[in-house]
Amino acid sequence: MKDQHFTYLLRLADSPLILAQRLSDWCGHAPVLEEDLALSNIALDLIGQARLLLTHAGRVESRDRDEDQLAFLRVENEYRNLTLVELPNGDFGQTVMRNFLFSAYQVEMWKRLQTSTDTELAAIAAKSIKESTYHLGHAADWVVRLGDGTDESHQRMQAALDRLWPYTTELFDTDETDRAAASNGIGVDPSTLKPGWQNTVSQIIDEATLTQPPETSFVSSGKSGHHSEHMGHLLSELQYMQRTYPGSQW
Amino acid sequence: MSTGTGRPDEWPLWEIFIRARNGLDHKHCGSLHAPDAKAAMLSARDVFTRRQEGVSIWAVRAEHIHASDPEAKPEMFDPAEDKIYRHPTFYKLPKEVDNM
Repeated sequence: MKDQHFTYLLRLADSPLILAQRLSDWCGHAPVLEEDLALSNIALDLIGQARLLLTHAGRVESRDRDEDQLAFLRVENEYRNLTLVELPNGDFGQTVMRNFLFSAYQVEMWKRLQTSTDTELAAIAAKSIKESTYHLGHAADWVVRLGDGTDESHQRMQAALDRLWPYTTELFDTDETDRAAASNGIGVDPSTLKPGWQNTVSQIIDEATLTQPPETSFVSSGKSGHHSEHMGHLLSELQYMQRTYPGSQW
Repeated sequence: MSTGTGRPDEWPLWEIFIRARNGLDHKHCGSLHAPDAKAAMLSARDVFTRRQEGVSIWAVRAEHIHASDPEAKPEMFDPAEDKIYRHPTFYKLPKEVDNM
């Protein structure tokens, strides 16, 4: 019960943590200064969400692990993020497409988690929904702008959607941990988030003149700790400082 | 968009005004490039309000601002220099409004 609560919180925490690590790569490299700041702001918001959730998860676990130990000192299969967020950034189009697909999901989730029986989680959801709503607006704006832009940008956005789409199945995949969290009111059954998410996604994809790819039988498994080949490389960067200088602070 | 190619370096310039708190006026805080008003608003939020600087944003296309000519400063502003009687300090205000 406590283990499942802990794992459920790690799933919520690790996706923003890992996506923030990916988005941080854009700092200093975005196509224009304004977007450089926008992507960095989003990354910082996501780190903020991860910090609150990991701190809370550490308390629930009651093994004296704080946010830093959880963020930096776990091994790969202990991370419970969605595979979607660990994939490489690709070009700017693919980056904003992923932000779009993920923040639309987060918005649906925070909406529901605001009434969680875990009052700490409910408070985190109430704070985070404002951030994720902004992330969604920002990303959706770019998806439409580039999808319904030039031939080149349209083609790149369709390629980004085709590349990322198979990884969205995992967002709504439900296992025992999810069901336990849903049944005691702590969490939500992810499969119930699909209609709201699909509604947002269809509307923006239409507006962007893009085509929703067909469903496939592939289901990624990051939330169970089985990650893509990209995760190890990502973690080696994320964890480098704390592994090399244990306990260092700045 | 004023140009056809949409390259970032050809995006028009926008002047951004931020209101720090309700009841205060919007103040100019800088400028940025954006393809249209919606993008200008998003960028202004990310560039200029990330440290709680504001509760309201105005974005105005720089080309819509008509500025006075710096070279016309002598005739525009200097004549006001010796008209100190235009300040409301030469007559007695009623006691109630004396701290105006």
